[in-house]
Amino acid sequence: MYGFEAMTFNIHGGYLEAIVRGYRSGLLTAADYNNLCQCETLDDIKMHLSATEYGTYLQNEPSPLHTTTIVEKCTLKLVDEYKHMLTQATEPLSTFLEYITYGHMIDNVVLIVTGTLHERDVQELLEKCHPLGMFDSIATLAVAQNMRELYRLVLVDTPLAPYFSECITSEDLDDMNIEIMRNTLYKAYLEDFYRFCQKLGGATAELMSDLLAFEADRRAVNITINSIGTELTREDRRKLYSNFGLLYPYGHEELAICEDIDQVRGAMEKYPPYQSIFSKLSYGESQMLDKAFYEEEVKRLCLSFEQQFHYAVFFAYMRLREQEIRNLMWISECVAQNQKSRVHDSVVFIF
Amino acid sequence: MEYIDRLPSMDLMRSEKMMLAQLILPVESAHRAVSYLGQLGLLQFRDLNDDKSPFQRTFVNQVKRCAEMSRKLRFFKDQIHKAGLMLSPHPASETDIELEELEAGLAEHEHELIEMNHNCEKLQKTYNELLEFKMVLQKAGDFLMPDGNHSAAQDTELDENVHINSDYADSASLLEPMRHGYGYMQPGMSDQFGVKFVSGVICKSKALRFERMLFRTTRGNMLFNQAPADDPIVDLASNEMVENTVFMVFFSGEQARKKIHKICEAFGANCYPVPEDSIKRRQITRDVLSRLSELETTLDAGLRHRDAALSSIGFQLTKWMNMVRREKAIYDTLNMLNFDVTKKCLVGEGWCPIFAKTMVIFILDIFHNIADSQVGIIFHVMDSNESPPTFFRTNHFTNAYQEIVDAYGVAKYQEANPAVYTVITFPFLFAVMFGDWGHGICLLLGALVLIAREKRLGSQKLGSFMEMLFGGRYVLLLMSLFSIYCGVIYNEFFSVPFHIFGSSAYKCRDATCSKARTIGLIKVGDTYPFGVDPSWRGSRSELPFLNSLKMKMSILFGVSQMNLGIIISYFNARFFNNSIDIKYQFVPQMIFLNSLFGYLSLLIIIKWCTGSQADLYHVMIYMFLSPFEDLGENKLFWGQGVLQVILLLVAVIAVPWMLFPKPFILKRLHTERFQGRAYGILGTSDMYSDDEPDSARHPHGEEEFNFSEVFVHQMIHSIEFVLGAVSNTASYLRLWALSLAHSELSTVFYEKVLLLAWGYNNFMIHLVGLAVFAFATAFILLMMETLSAFLHALRLHWVEFQNKFYSGDGYKFKPFSFASLTDEDD
Repeated sequence: MYGFEAMTFNIHGGYLEAIVRGYRSGLLTAADYNNLCQCETLDDIKMHLSATEYGTYLQNEPSPLHTTTIVEKCTLKLVDEYKHMLTQATEPLSTFLEYITYGHMIDNVVLIVTGTLHERDVQELLEKCHPLGMFDSIATLAVAQNMRELYRLVLVDTPLAPYFSECITSEDLDDMNIEIMRNTLYKAYLEDFYRFCQKLGGATAELMSDLLAFEADRRAVNITINSIGTELTREDRRKLYSNFGLLYPYGHEELAICEDIDQVRGAMEKYPPYQSIFSKLSYGESQMLDKAFYEEEVKRLCLSFEQQFHYAVFFAYMRLREQEIRNLMWISECVAQNQKSRVHDSVVFIF
Repeated sequence: MEYIDRLPSMDLMRSEKMMLAQLILPVESAHRAVSYLGQLGLLQFRDLNDDKSPFQRTFVNQVKRCAEMSRKLRFFKDQIHKAGLMLSPHPASETDIELEELEAGLAEHEHELIEMNHNCEKLQKTYNELLEFKMVLQKAGDFLMPDGNHSAAQDTELDENVHINSDYADSASLLEPMRHGYGYMQPGMSDQFGVKFVSGVICKSKALRFERMLFRTTRGNMLFNQAPADDPIVDLASNEMVENTVFMVFFSGEQARKKIHKICEAFGANCYPVPEDSIKRRQITRDVLSRLSELETTLDAGLRHRDAALSSIGFQLTKWMNMVRREKAIYDTLNMLNFDVTKKCLVGEGWCPIFAKTMVIFILDIFHNIADSQVGIIFHVMDSNESPPTFFRTNHFTNAYQEIVDAYGVAKYQEANPAVYTVITFPFLFAVMFGDWGHGICLLLGALVLIAREKRLGSQKLGSFMEMLFGGRYVLLLMSLFSIYCGVIYNEFFSVPFHIFGSSAYKCRDATCSKARTIGLIKVGDTYPFGVDPSWRGSRSELPFLNSLKMKMSILFGVSQMNLGIIISYFNARFFNNSIDIKYQFVPQMIFLNSLFGYLSLLIIIKWCTGSQADLYHVMIYMFLSPFEDLGENKLFWGQGVLQVILLLVAVIAVPWMLFPKPFILKRLHTERFQGRAYGILGTSDMYSDDEPDSARHPHGEEEFNFSEVFVHQMIHSIEFVLGAVSNTASYLRLWALSLAHSELSTVFYEKVLLLAWGYNNFMIHLVGLAVFAFATAFILLMMETLSAFLHALRLHWVEFQNKFYSGDGYKFKPFSFASLTDEDD
């Protein structure tokens, strides 16, 4: 149901919507990707990117470049843009923008906890964290021994605290636990984000519920595929699925009992929107599934720009930029490792 | 006709004649030849490698090297800026160095500088650590032993303390006695009770969170003491001074120690071991102090060394930057050139004004003699189907006016340039709206200041607003002169009338002048010789008279400026030998406009000259509604009725005249050409084959003639003109409206602020009134009103004047020139 957003949206959201649409027009184009794919060295990539919006971020880098530097600088640009928008935003847009980063926060928490478990240096781990998911005292995560401590010491101060209610146990941390924690947190996060968007109403609710439902379904499929052959029970697996989305509830019942990839496929093909994704894959193949999902996601994100007066454009822009950075990373890696024939394998075009 | 052709040509009227030149340069000397051309700055190279991405071009490596060098130079500049040194504005005049040398030199300098920075940083880090250690030692003394005396009763208190400590979480209010208790901690105590401590320094902003985290991890089994550090410390990452806090945590147990160390690490707090023994502590403090002073001298020496190196770089930095910028421009230009078949020569194409041809050839000849290479540079002129760029040679004065025109659209090649007329009409129309010689004098002073300081202001960087003012200083000058002129005619000086040209022709009916506003004045003498009679100010006849004057004047200006526009379209058509446009566009347009609004202007002039009472609205409206009716008392001259009927008829005929013939004639011409082409096709196929693929000679295929499109276009054009004749004339009434608004505003400020304040007999009120009046005059009348009058004048030129003749779809001539290479990348 549409409200009268057109009347009041621009009072607070108009400026930032214009900004984000401007940012979006700065995304790399088909011609840019064509040229990037023809590059011979990382310097060529730098030279090409210097003609795009990334120019100012890369121009002061000394010449023997590394893929990490390129990715780092490109991410820096995204973070700068995000911070600019966040400082300009008023409620409820600022909360919406903050929600976007919680996913990165969860990933960072998991990264640090796993890293400490394997006795890595904390500083080294911190460098690998996504800058959007940083919060105060993230480094202290290394102190915690189990979930309960993790929550009590550090996370209680962060926005992730409410999501933890499901997974407070006194068990010691191990890889399996951490992975379950990640998925439980993500589930709670997605559900909370979903509720928040529903509360906002209007076009935001409509578009965001679509995008988040896709995200939830994708996670459900990934959880299923990754948990095949592990000791995770069906009930536990079922618990990790988010309680909304196209697959909820009947699809989840089917996914929970899947034992191999073809069964997943059988379950998913009952849903028309996902048929097209699976029809691209041959039987028994799950390698290209990620790319297929990314392509579908990018398509949906781009479509959200077709409507005006809603917040989904911010979400879509952040996601698209992240996809672009992933593309740049893949291209740079391929160029750096002389694997140019594989350049097109993982690049998802954004137009 | 011959007379028009024999007129001397105006420089600014038509853009410079251009030619497409082809240059064939031997590869080995191409670089130097291009640098000579860059110095000359009169050749615009065409990009012959448009389809290639930047890194597929020939000189990509050189461009990359230049980018790398400019990165290093930026690094130096940044370093110099950070060190607080100044760049020397005048480049050192040393002998020229080669690019390779420079590159090596830069690399060396950079290496040296990075190493020095690294060393400095290391020293600074050690220094910071020692400084922090010193602070911890000092504060630790206070934590451990505030009074320095050892009370005999301490043991009992200590027992209490340990007891309280374990219950800490329950009663936070006991903090004070506990802190007090620890004050008496004495050497050896930690061994006795298993209480240990960690001391260190943490950033002040993190201290609170740090404490909370420690509290949570140890479940309250700890004591946190803190004191602000005395001096801020330089943070190495951000180079800023950071306030720090010294802390000391007391705790017990091995597990807690591990955790606390981890937390310290996570928060980036530096821990320093402090001996509990006060004698030992004093000794260490002495050690630290002596090492600190040593380090300080080393650090200073290091900094001086670095500053010396930086200032020697800074001496040449500007020169190097210019050089690298030039090199990069040269290679960018070389990247636009093509290799010829033998791969020994580079082929370039470019636009060049015809007057510069001899200069280019001369330069290339000189170069050939100097370089004495085997192969000369070949320069020859080519034909082109493409439209050449537009290049006007402007000077300081005309440049701003040309910019005003270019802001709308750059003139088509050789099209008549409206800037020629804009130079006078623009400031004049501005002044009609801004007529006040007081305000005009203020503007004039401003413009004169800008012009007097031209040299100084021109060489430095200004803010965006000043830049705009400075760029338009000559526009401002003429605007102010004209507004003084118009102000004298309107007799306005901050809305105060002045008797400049003798005494007024009118006087009041009685001594009190009370009826001036209601009934009017009586004429006693001769008409006031120049401008508006000053006595009318505030009288009954002021507004009706001024409105009638300004309104009619606006229409006269409008009709004449639009006529000028149409006449220029005639010159354009003549210049491009387009007789169709003259016959079927210029003539009917001229007739249409003048039969309606030209006639109105005529009526206005007759009315002014004869002093008739005729109602011109009535005349104009009934000329359309009932042309055959008798005019009655509105008749101005003999035969007016007949003339009106004729004019109306002519105007009605002019509309289809400008609409129909042109598209049909174009169609006929096209079919004639098409019939002739039956023989032409064979011939042209050869022409295609020997043509170079990327050349501008490439003939575009005969354009498809689409009659309906042409017809619709012509229809739009005609309708626009016919409707535009009415709306554009009405649009010129803004001259009247703005002029009225300006004079009313200044009257309000003068009467309601200044005179009101003067009515009181109080100095303060006078002062306040004067201040408000001055501010209102400066900001509202001088700034906002100037801006609005400027914008309206701009509109009148862009829309009402230029749409009669100006197509403005050309592109600017941008020669490859070192002079135009400013620091745009900084």
